[in-house]
Amino acid sequence: MGVSTRWAYVFMLPWLLGLVIFQAGPMIASLVLSFTEYDLIGSPAFVGFDNYRRMMEDPQVARSVYNTAYYTVLHVPLAIGLALVLALMLNRITGRAAGVFRTIFYLPSMTPYVAVGVLFLFLLNGQAGVVNQFLALFGIDGPQWTTDPAWIKPGIVLMSLWNLGSTTIILFAALRNVPGELYEAALIDGAGPWQRFRGVTLPMISGALFFVVIINTIASLQLFDQVYTMFFGNQIAQQSYGDSALFFVVYLFQQGFQFLDMGYASALAWLLFAVIAVITFVQVKVGNRFVYYEAEER
Amino acid sequence: MPRRIFFLVMLGAASALFLYPFVWLVVAALKPRTHTFSNVFLPWPSPFAPENLVAVWEAAPMLAWLGNTLLIGLMAAATVTISSAFVAFGFAYFRFPGRNLLFASVLGTMMLPAVVTLVPTYLIWNTLGLTGTQVPLWAANVFGSAFYVFLLRQFFLGLPRYVFEAARVDGASYLDLFWRIAVPLARPAMIIAFVFELKASWFDLMKPLIYVQDPALFTLPRGLKAIVDQFYQGGDPKWEIVLAASVITTLPLIVVFFLGQRYFVQGIATTGRRG
Repeated sequence: MGVSTRWAYVFMLPWLLGLVIFQAGPMIASLVLSFTEYDLIGSPAFVGFDNYRRMMEDPQVARSVYNTAYYTVLHVPLAIGLALVLALMLNRITGRAAGVFRTIFYLPSMTPYVAVGVLFLFLLNGQAGVVNQFLALFGIDGPQWTTDPAWIKPGIVLMSLWNLGSTTIILFAALRNVPGELYEAALIDGAGPWQRFRGVTLPMISGALFFVVIINTIASLQLFDQVYTMFFGNQIAQQSYGDSALFFVVYLFQQGFQFLDMGYASALAWLLFAVIAVITFVQVKVGNRFVYYEAEER
Repeated sequence: MPRRIFFLVMLGAASALFLYPFVWLVVAALKPRTHTFSNVFLPWPSPFAPENLVAVWEAAPMLAWLGNTLLIGLMAAATVTISSAFVAFGFAYFRFPGRNLLFASVLGTMMLPAVVTLVPTYLIWNTLGLTGTQVPLWAANVFGSAFYVFLLRQFFLGLPRYVFEAARVDGASYLDLFWRIAVPLARPAMIIAFVFELKASWFDLMKPLIYVQDPALFTLPRGLKAIVDQFYQGGDPKWEIVLAASVITTLPLIVVFFLGQRYFVQGIATTGRRG
């Protein structure tokens, strides 16, 4: 082995150690643990597929999968749609003003999720919260966003739409990379605004759109901090609305670190991993059909 | 021109919507409890109750939490930045057997949801006897992190190679190349890594929930969660404490953002991190 090769491995050393100790090792360990029963006391007992069978019959798993899917299906299109509208408007004004607005849209993303959860507990408060006071201005009697099981998830989606900053920045950056000549050519060909958007803008930013769909989906499936802050950890509060805010990672966390059911929690983690992998795979497959990659190669 | 004005007005309205929750939070934190939900459309506190900000320091060890959060955040950000740069330089500068495979492992772990490794990681820290301390909140960062390795490698690949070759001819060691040439040149990219990790560490709720039980060791988000559980609902709600603590948890990051704004925007726009 040459001197430079030896040095290359010196530079790789932190990554290699981290990969083994904190990534690959734990991944395999969690797969193994998912076939055991383990509560930290004693040693893990092999139970075959019991945890996976239990998962299939556990009504709370079904509940949390439903809640997580509900949120993801609403959050992803709404967040990206709104962010796209904001980015398109930013792209029309550009200049200094666009920078200022972009900063303002990103500011909520600098608010720690626990604080976001707290803030929206107040804003969405059913009796006196600002959202309902605002609705009352139009004569609308707002729902009990934080206690009525039917309205908890819509409230969480509403809260999530405050956090559009990163998605907006990514889409805005993509829009700015669309070459102006394309629009000029489209104008000469007599394309209207909608045709220019469909024929030029959308294909040219399809890579970025595809990317924000994937990262927003993956993040949605792992929603935890805000929801845990608002609806869990306080026993009195928890009883009133049942499982309507039970998201998948919240349930996993409870099983692993409140009930110390490490084997079951590991099985749940692998289910989530498999779901994320499958969804991402499908999105990539579908995306490849629609994404116009020349936009990337510029 | 009128079209530009239309978009300015629309964006202004959207900005008002995005800024309003901040205004409400700060204003409500400075009002007496009886007025938390009144005068909500006023942009200043009425009646004014600055004593809330004093009360919160008395109700909870905010100063200790702030210190913990800062210390953990700095440790997490500094270690991850330096080690990721070290590894990234290795990927960018050297050609060696297994490089592509190793780099594939970097890309692979970027896709790996942290939840999958949650339980075994806990077992590692438990075996080492470090649960109940703040070490698990940052120490894994000494091995670098896939996202920053990727980011910094891209940056190093953009540097002209002759700079390094010239230094080699002058007798510089590989460590010199990294420390004296690559690191100073990579400052902007390293700042991006640093501010992102500082933010991520400042946001983190799950790790403190799992690893620290002693309130003296809490970070701000973990402490704020404890305050919500104690004061938001139940027999004796103290909303002004909850709100003031939320302001204290958020404000330092807003300051960091304004100091490092350009790096945040650059980092998101160029790498697509969902910050």
